[in-house]
Amino acid sequence: MKFDNFMILEFPSRSSNEAFARSAVACFAAQMDPTLEELGDIRTAVSEAVTNCIVHAYPNELGVITLRCRILKDNVLDIVIKDKGVGIPDIEQAMRPMFTTGGTDRSGMGFTIMESFMTTFELTSQPGKGTTVHMRRKIQKRK
Amino acid sequence: MRFTSFLENGKLTVALTGEIDHHCAKNYIQAITGKIEAYTPDICVLDFQDVTFVDSSGIAVVINALRNMTQIEGKLILTGICAQPMRVFRASGIDKIVEIKEAVS
Repeated sequence: MKFDNFMILEFPSRSSNEAFARSAVACFAAQMDPTLEELGDIRTAVSEAVTNCIVHAYPNELGVITLRCRILKDNVLDIVIKDKGVGIPDIEQAMRPMFTTGGTDRSGMGFTIMESFMTTFELTSQPGKGTTVHMRRKIQKRK
Repeated sequence: MRFTSFLENGKLTVALTGEIDHHCAKNYIQAITGKIEAYTPDICVLDFQDVTFVDSSGIAVVINALRNMTQIEGKLILTGICAQPMRVFRASGIDKIVEIKEAVS
């Protein structure tokens, strides 16, 4: 796949890195001249994916989260967020709105938001090996 | 996490600030629950005017406040919601179960 630009980040699964990750992606995406709404959607989706790694992938330990962004042709932002955590045993169940294995401070809406805010969304997971979220967002060219 | 709150004629207003994500959501939930339990207001207003970002953790904050207010047969109102939080609330359908007043957009 041809791409114009990319960046790769690695950071531990500390919750203070949620804000860092979404801000870093927003800064990287700024060169694509997105609208505030597009930028808000991207920040939200990244925040959801990174939070999932912190809460679910590494529930009892700190692990490494890898975040890769690329700018593909036709102004498409490609984002991969990967962990080597516990994995998701039942993807269909995990993606159901309002389903959560977290406590009352979780809403179970993370995947719903990622799916509705991004142009494409793909989730792959292997129990015991980790989870990868792959999503893309087309940034409209402004006239 | 930083917030201010005041009580006036049975109406508790809690003004939230900054970005609400998983990192700070638990503290907000505990703080709001504490205020509602202490004052048992008829109405609780969550003011989002100074909130610049929420993700699904923000939904949990609202749902917990709604649960607390329903338990004491009170009413929850959200106010001053900016564009990004509003998109998240709409995507989750929260705008259909909680009254929203004076949304910025």
